[in-house]
Amino acid sequence: MSEKTQTGGSGLTKHLSLVLAEFASPDALVAAAARVRGAGVKCWDVHTPYPVHGLDGAMGLKPTRLGVFSFIAACTGFLGAVTMIQWMNGYDYPLVVGGKQPDAYTAMVPIIFEISVLLTGLTTVFGLFVICGLPRHHHPLFESERFARVTDDAFFISVEPKSEEEKHRVSELLESCGASYIEHVSDHGGAL
Amino acid sequence: MGASYVNAEAGETELLPDVSSINQVTESVCRVTEQPAPKGWWMLFVPSLALLGLLIACIGYLVTVGTGTWGNNSPVAWAWDITNFVWWIGIGHAGTLISAVLFLFRQKWRTSINRFAEAMTIFAVMCAGIYPALHTGRPWFDYYMFPLPNQMQMWPNFKSPLMWDIFAVSTYFTISLLFWYTGLIPDLATLRDRSKNTFRRAVYGFFALGWRGSNRHWQHYERAYLILAAISTPLVLSVHSIVSFDFATSVIYGWHTTIFPPYFVAGAVFSGFALVMTLLLVTRSVFKLYDLVTLKHLELMNKFILGTAWLVGYAYAMEFFVAWYSGNEYEQFVFLNNRLNPFEAPYWWSYWAMVICNVIIPQVYWWKRMRTSIPVMFVVSIFVNIGMWFERFVIIVTSLHRDFLPSAWGVFHPTWVDICMYLGTFGLFMSAFLLFIRWIPMIAIAEVKMVLPFAQPQHAPAVVLSEELQDAHAQKTALAAG
Repeated sequence: MSEKTQTGGSGLTKHLSLVLAEFASPDALVAAAARVRGAGVKCWDVHTPYPVHGLDGAMGLKPTRLGVFSFIAACTGFLGAVTMIQWMNGYDYPLVVGGKQPDAYTAMVPIIFEISVLLTGLTTVFGLFVICGLPRHHHPLFESERFARVTDDAFFISVEPKSEEEKHRVSELLESCGASYIEHVSDHGGAL
Repeated sequence: MGASYVNAEAGETELLPDVSSINQVTESVCRVTEQPAPKGWWMLFVPSLALLGLLIACIGYLVTVGTGTWGNNSPVAWAWDITNFVWWIGIGHAGTLISAVLFLFRQKWRTSINRFAEAMTIFAVMCAGIYPALHTGRPWFDYYMFPLPNQMQMWPNFKSPLMWDIFAVSTYFTISLLFWYTGLIPDLATLRDRSKNTFRRAVYGFFALGWRGSNRHWQHYERAYLILAAISTPLVLSVHSIVSFDFATSVIYGWHTTIFPPYFVAGAVFSGFALVMTLLLVTRSVFKLYDLVTLKHLELMNKFILGTAWLVGYAYAMEFFVAWYSGNEYEQFVFLNNRLNPFEAPYWWSYWAMVICNVIIPQVYWWKRMRTSIPVMFVVSIFVNIGMWFERFVIIVTSLHRDFLPSAWGVFHPTWVDICMYLGTFGLFMSAFLLFIRWIPMIAIAEVKMVLPFAQPQHAPAVVLSEELQDAHAQKTALAAG
């Protein structure tokens, strides 16, 4: 559940104070991520300008379940299309064209395929948004000026500590991992 | 950057030799959208906008007066309209091929050109869609093609290839748009974070959906991208196959051939690559993107053009072989008398233009000097585009213009509406395309960064993990104790 706080759309708690640490290289970042995970920190995330290999393993992320949604959508699209076409052309208004059987399956393959693909694509993209809690235009991290470089060439780890004590402990941990910069970001609210 | 990287595969380090930092990629791509447009951009944009106006005027005229303003006539009921439809939709296929098929084959060089080609796909499909929509004659009734309940209590005929086409093209457009937008999200966030004024920040920020480079998001994002690539690959093959079914399932000689689906798909990729090349060469020099789109990229694309030229050449030869081997004299007549023979066929020049542009001219790419010469590739890409337009013209018009009864034979002449509408779709395509390269990152920033040799951890992740986890475990114990 702790992951929800970082990824979910509704996870914004009242007075968030995040610890944000910058790392100089992807190597340092992956190493630090492995240590943060090992230290048993609950609410945390890694921010990179592009997907960094090995980070999922270092963070101990479970494999994504997005594919399951896509697969269900593909099956739904397939069955929905078969039902729709059979009912419309075979039962509700049997249409005989060129003396062909009104409910011939073979002639329906192209449309069944297209509808399955369409539903899979829509579900994949909107499923991605739901799983990631996007769109979310207000996030405490956007308060940090330095964080703007995350979409350029900077690598960050952000931690949401549960108490003041954990905040200090986490800051020390991140420092010992070789963070080149550490900042405490708090969401002042009403800034926008 | 040296050859000592653990993750570096063969050739990877040479892909972008002039890129020395991650920031350089951001700068090169973003500055296009942040600086005032160069003169070259305006010189292209103003005429494109004028042609777009011409298109709108032509559509208005056509809808008001009727499809009789086109040159289509009784034997040649499909003419420039369907030729242009097939040509434009084929152009789009290179975009999906580059973004999806090359992604599945892990071709890293695609990252410099995929965004560009995907945008082309979307605009080309928009241009293509105009023609069949208007060809119905009463476009305000086009909604009859969708399975919507209506006052006649009838449903569309799902067994008709024309109906398959509706579903294929509209699905193709939707999925291409989704694929393109998904790829854009991280790059729009880059533009958002670099924005100097509130308006830019608000607009890019809105479309970036609050992307913050979270690895928990990247994990799902990469999977979504993979799934989209995996479904786009059969989709792109299906789209031009289904377009070819419009012809292949009929009983017209010259259309009724089983080779059509692969033949159309190969031709689509061929023409699409050629148009990507034409536009890429212009954009690359106008916006000085030499470090990101290198000669190596262009050479690889030229190899694709050579390969697909052989595929279409094979299809042309095969059509003749089958016409001869089948012993069907009607079929032989179409190929020998209606297409090939300069003394018998009124359209012989279109057939020979097709063969020269599509099969003979691309053969220059056997020589590396030709594959890497910018002027040569520009000229060849133009020839291929012309040749592929003629291919569709040959298939459609030469097959139709001579019916089974010589008394029903006829010839097609384009009217000014035909010509102006074709020019007008260039206006639509180019206007949309120029706005795209001006305001949206035309190179996939995050994807290019990902394939830079110094962008990934240099040590094998497994080694890092095991050591670090031990370390981390010790730390955890210490934390718990203290």
